[in-house]
Amino acid sequence: MAVLRTQQSSSPRRAVSPAERQEWLLFLLLVVPNLLLFTIFTYWPLLYNGYLSFVRWDFLGPKIWVGFDNYRYLFTSSTFGTILWNTVLFTAASVALLLGLGLAIAMLLNQPLRGRNSVRAIVFSPVMLSGAAIGIVWMYIFDPRYGLLDFFFRALGTKSPNWLLEPAWAMAAVIIVHVWKNIGYAVVIYLAGLQAIPRQLYEAALVDGANAYARFRYVTLPGLSPVLFFLMVTTVLAGFQSFDIIHVMTEGGPVHATTTLIFYMYEEGFNATNVGRAAVAAVVLFAAMLLFTLVQMRYNERNVNYQ
Amino acid sequence: MAQAEVSQPVRVTTPALPTTISTEHGAIWAGQRNVWLWRLAGYLGMMLSLLLIGLPVYWMISNAFKLSQEIYHLPPTLYPHSPTLQNFVNAWHAVPFDRYYVNTIITTFFGSGFEVLFGVTSAYAFVFLRFPKREWLFLILLAALMVPGQITILPNYVTIGLLGWINTYQGIVLPGASVAYGTFLLRQYYKTLPIDILDAAKVDGAGHLRTLVAIVLPLAKPAIVSFGLLSIVAKWNDYLWPLVITTTKDMRVLPIGIRWLMVEEGTIEWGNVMAGAIFVVIPVLLVFLYAQRYIVDGITAGAVKG
Repeated sequence: MAVLRTQQSSSPRRAVSPAERQEWLLFLLLVVPNLLLFTIFTYWPLLYNGYLSFVRWDFLGPKIWVGFDNYRYLFTSSTFGTILWNTVLFTAASVALLLGLGLAIAMLLNQPLRGRNSVRAIVFSPVMLSGAAIGIVWMYIFDPRYGLLDFFFRALGTKSPNWLLEPAWAMAAVIIVHVWKNIGYAVVIYLAGLQAIPRQLYEAALVDGANAYARFRYVTLPGLSPVLFFLMVTTVLAGFQSFDIIHVMTEGGPVHATTTLIFYMYEEGFNATNVGRAAVAAVVLFAAMLLFTLVQMRYNERNVNYQ
Repeated sequence: MAQAEVSQPVRVTTPALPTTISTEHGAIWAGQRNVWLWRLAGYLGMMLSLLLIGLPVYWMISNAFKLSQEIYHLPPTLYPHSPTLQNFVNAWHAVPFDRYYVNTIITTFFGSGFEVLFGVTSAYAFVFLRFPKREWLFLILLAALMVPGQITILPNYVTIGLLGWINTYQGIVLPGASVAYGTFLLRQYYKTLPIDILDAAKVDGAGHLRTLVAIVLPLAKPAIVSFGLLSIVAKWNDYLWPLVITTTKDMRVLPIGIRWLMVEEGTIEWGNVMAGAIFVVIPVLLVFLYAQRYIVDGITAGAVKG
């Protein structure tokens, strides 16, 4: 607002018609509520969170300024190292699976096969469902005694691991559920990308005698590259933010085996009430996410300019 | 260019494409000899994907209808042999699902209602109203996309606490009521609307609010519905913020409630918990069945630009 006012007064005054003035007023009426809420609940919190990362506080008592102590504490603690590693592992594994499996399923559902529309709908449906609810359904499936997976393990002549109580298996379990829930998103985006590739390219390749692999390698993949990039960024961001599945299934455990940055932020902030440390986690998470978003914007810009 | 296309007065209906053979060119097996083998592999692949995605949902549904003897029977039964509704009754009484429904409906209604209202009106202002440095303001709004709501829960918890709004509907709803993505989406859509019609409305003496309600809204309906449905699904499933900002049983929403059903059951009665999970997901599944197309359109709109 302040910016606007100075801008107006510095520009040479011209007569503003009453009609235009009325339009300004209406503009403000329509835009201000939205912007105001963003200011209160998005932009201001960003600054305030930065401040909180420099204090020791438990939400109740006085805030004590501790400088970089919270940062120093976290970056030298081995627990925080584990948590960063968990975040990278969870995100990298789920992104790789989503991009790989998603492409395979999308290619499949792009073929002229009967019933593909129904299969598309079913594959997409978990995206719509509450992560908490499906996390609980999967807990039952992972149940080492009565779960569905144990049935398959037994059929293979072995026994189900104690999924949620063994660190490595617990991490695998939350990744599986996250991928299961989000695969439909990747498929739908890939399908939109596949359908945007001009048919003539395939026809031309066919005339030139290119086989299926060559058409995939030289027509499909290059044609998908913008979508691939978009998906990579969005799935990375989704991985960083995954919370409900982890909270329901493992509560970050066993010990810290499935504690990711966002989970640590919640736990330190609202269970341990170390607000300062939680705020540092938020700062780190925000910096990581901002980096990916900016890379994407940069890429989009370049793409638009060049095409 | 886009404007030239849409400003034609006649509505162009695309002839229905033949759905069978003409798509064959795009098939991966085009030009191959053993086409039937490829097709077979294709159908097997579809069945496999169906199984991987569908089985957990089927497992939830079938076990919600099983008696506990049957659930704790090995090997598991494929379908409920003596189907019962008892689990639904038990789940409903174990935790206050009626409150959960009321709370979730209220927070979803107002949460999405605000998002759609702000999206529709802000986008209109950014496209059709003059204002100094309008595009700057738009960028300020858009920048909010870079700050996901999960990041700001600590400060927002403090703010809502200061306002005395912990365990209130406004506390759950307001921090997520403003909208950047929807404004962006609808702004793009409004820009493709035929200028002629809008000008005609102006000549007829229609004010901006009337133009918005009587002309822009009906024309932009597909985009608004897409965005609205996405918003509803997101609010219905929202987890972290309601978890933080509600502390009493009475104020919990469905996704938080289903976790408490599991926690409070002690020894887990999986049948009851599956029935509870169905309570949470069934409204969204029904919406999805009816409006699948709009939802998918809304999701792909941001990824692939025409």
